[in-house]
Amino acid sequence: MKMTGAKILIEALKKEGVEVIFGYPGGSVLPIFDVLYDSDIKFILTRHEQGAAHAADGYARATGKVGVCVATSGPGATNLVTGLATANMDSVPIVAITGQVKTFLIGNDAFQEADVTGITRPISKHNYLVKDVNDLATVIKNSFHIASTGRPGVVVVDLPVDVQIHEADFHSPEKVDIRGYKPTCKGHIGQIKRAKKLIAQSQKPVLYVGGGVIISGASDKLFEFVKKTEIPVTTTLLGLGAFPGTHKLSLGMLGMHGTAYANHAIQESDLIIAVGARFDDRVTGKIDEFAPNAKIIHIDIDPCAISKNVKVDVPIVGDANSVLQEFVKDIKKPNISKWLKQVEEWKKKYPLIYKKDSRLRPQYVIEEIYRITKGEAIITTEVGQNQMWAAQFYKYDKPRQLISSGGLGTMGYGFPAAIGAQIGCPKKVVFDIAGDGSIQMNIQELATAVLNKIPVKIAILNNGYLGMVRQWQELFYKKRYSYTKLEPCPDFVKVAEAYGAVGIRITKKADVTKAIKDALKINKPVFMDFHVEPEENVFPMVPAGQAINKMIGALA
Amino acid sequence: MKKTIAVLVENHFGVLSHVSGLFSARGFNIDSLAVGETEDPTVSRMTIVVDGDEKTLEQVKKQLNRLIDVIKVIDLTEEDFIDRELVLIKVGVNSKNRSEILQISDTFQAKIVDVKTDSAAIELTGDQNKIKSFIEILKPFGITEIVRTGRIAMGRK
Ligand SMILES: Cc1ncc(C[n+]2csc(CCOP(=O)(O)OP(=O)(O)O)c2C)c(N)n1
Ligand SMILES: [Mg+2]
Repeated sequence: MKMTGAKILIEALKKEGVEVIFGYPGGSVLPIFDVLYDSDIKFILTRHEQGAAHAADGYARATGKVGVCVATSGPGATNLVTGLATANMDSVPIVAITGQVKTFLIGNDAFQEADVTGITRPISKHNYLVKDVNDLATVIKNSFHIASTGRPGVVVVDLPVDVQIHEADFHSPEKVDIRGYKPTCKGHIGQIKRAKKLIAQSQKPVLYVGGGVIISGASDKLFEFVKKTEIPVTTTLLGLGAFPGTHKLSLGMLGMHGTAYANHAIQESDLIIAVGARFDDRVTGKIDEFAPNAKIIHIDIDPCAISKNVKVDVPIVGDANSVLQEFVKDIKKPNISKWLKQVEEWKKKYPLIYKKDSRLRPQYVIEEIYRITKGEAIITTEVGQNQMWAAQFYKYDKPRQLISSGGLGTMGYGFPAAIGAQIGCPKKVVFDIAGDGSIQMNIQELATAVLNKIPVKIAILNNGYLGMVRQWQELFYKKRYSYTKLEPCPDFVKVAEAYGAVGIRITKKADVTKAIKDALKINKPVFMDFHVEPEENVFPMVPAGQAINKMIGALA
Repeated sequence: MKKTIAVLVENHFGVLSHVSGLFSARGFNIDSLAVGETEDPTVSRMTIVVDGDEKTLEQVKKQLNRLIDVIKVIDLTEEDFIDRELVLIKVGVNSKNRSEILQISDTFQAKIVDVKTDSAAIELTGDQNKIKSFIEILKPFGITEIVRTGRIAMGRK
């Protein structure tokens, strides 16, 4: 039976198990929207295409499924770009469908034309421009395969409006066969043996764990490995939750705003076992002085990530879960009791601290959210100080609990991502830890949350500043606060109310607990406007370009 | 260091921009790039000559492998290979130097493909050394234009 391209698209998406699409309509996707009108796929109309991309991303990170978003040609597609770049940097599986002008107009500067495959090439894992409706079903099948396997990422399918109307038989291939794409899953046995030998001989080993462990579902294997070896674990921002944050062998996050004990442990170690992490510059600090005495074992599915920034002694290309499975088999426990004592001492000596006085401090707000949600909420974050405090003061015991833009650091990410996460996990409590700057970048999604009855809670740590930038200006630019003061504007309570959501303003420390409890009782989106200390800083901090044990503000 | 890399890719539109974009995004200058269909019409072969340090080139090879449309990457620098390039060179000629130019071309087995009263177009095929020396020798006669196809290369194995 012949079907239109638009119908084929939706049928192909259904075959991939797609339950929800985030998007925004326009002239070049009218045929698709016409099919969506009576399809049983849930469609969430956001108020900006960037919101749709971030929501699809939040949905994907919370559930492990592929997120799907749709936008029209030209400005619709370019509005998606920040969201797609954000997802791709953090290896989040997304299939983005963009409308395109009619095939014969492509290249003519037609109305609402943009070279979408050209624009998205450097920010996606792959992209397609579909010129023949007969290719569409296979392209969709391949797109989901590419987005979700290997190192996951974004696939863009650019679909000219005439191809959406043309008809073809719907044949979706049973198996994917892309000859240029065969990701390696199993690690090299010889390398794994060498790694295990190094581990058995090590005296000061540390596990350095990234988002790859969460993506590959390797948390249980990691836990087993740590149980057997007692090697302490530090994680990247995206790795938080891969190993229980409350475990005695957890060192929390490392790097620029990591814990002092994690950074000391890394610097003093004689063996770093990196799993699904990529030695980002926010983690390594000054690269020449990074962990000078350590041998490095690096497990990653992406060969490009290995030996890119640091020299690796034992590279293992493979899926973290599959490699760790080999690791736990008859692993010898290294003799590290002295090292563990040292690590324990650092933990005692350099705890994460902030001033515990009567003022309303942002760290306290997060500690209270942690306590009241019993550490079980899904936390999304915006970017800036709010993000770092959310990483430091909420303890993540489970994978997929923290959802944050790590690689790109996109302000405006957290709120739409929270909407996507809540749709993917309707039974969970979802909090967006926000800044007063970031939240304004996608504040329009309040309409999406209200109208779709998505009860996300937004905790705005309102410091009246672009706080993280202000912090750098304070420390490195002689307190010259150049264009980082936001003033108390807008009135977030009124904004929430204008959209039909609930707004609560909290100006006193004593009111924090009750406000959070009240917000949780409301089955609606809630904006919580916490007026926190304006000039609070995130500590410890490794100044840019320094070795990671050269921290400021680490001591009590 | 110069490297000659052969890349087998899917023969469809957009692939070239994926490959070349990868180089430009890393600030890599491509010395030459030649593309053509292979014995299998669904596969194209690119021969790319790039300059860069070992570490970056290693990264580029990995990145190329990561592209979905790339089927295979062969680093020819690591093996024994045959390479050829074709150049067209226009030189100024006059009655005095004509015979000398003819003689040099003859020695290099180059062909004179077009002659005007004051210029000649010469075609030469060869490996990099041959082409380099030929151009050097012709320089004093006044080269007005050079067109090169870029290197193509094939492993001996
Ligand atoms: C889209 C975007 N623009 C600019 C930046 C640079 N930037 C990083 S943090 C920050 C300040 C964020 O302010 P706010 O949301 O209020 O968070 P705070 O640091 O005050 O907690 C800025 C401007 C960014 N990360 N993303
Ligand atoms: Mg702020």
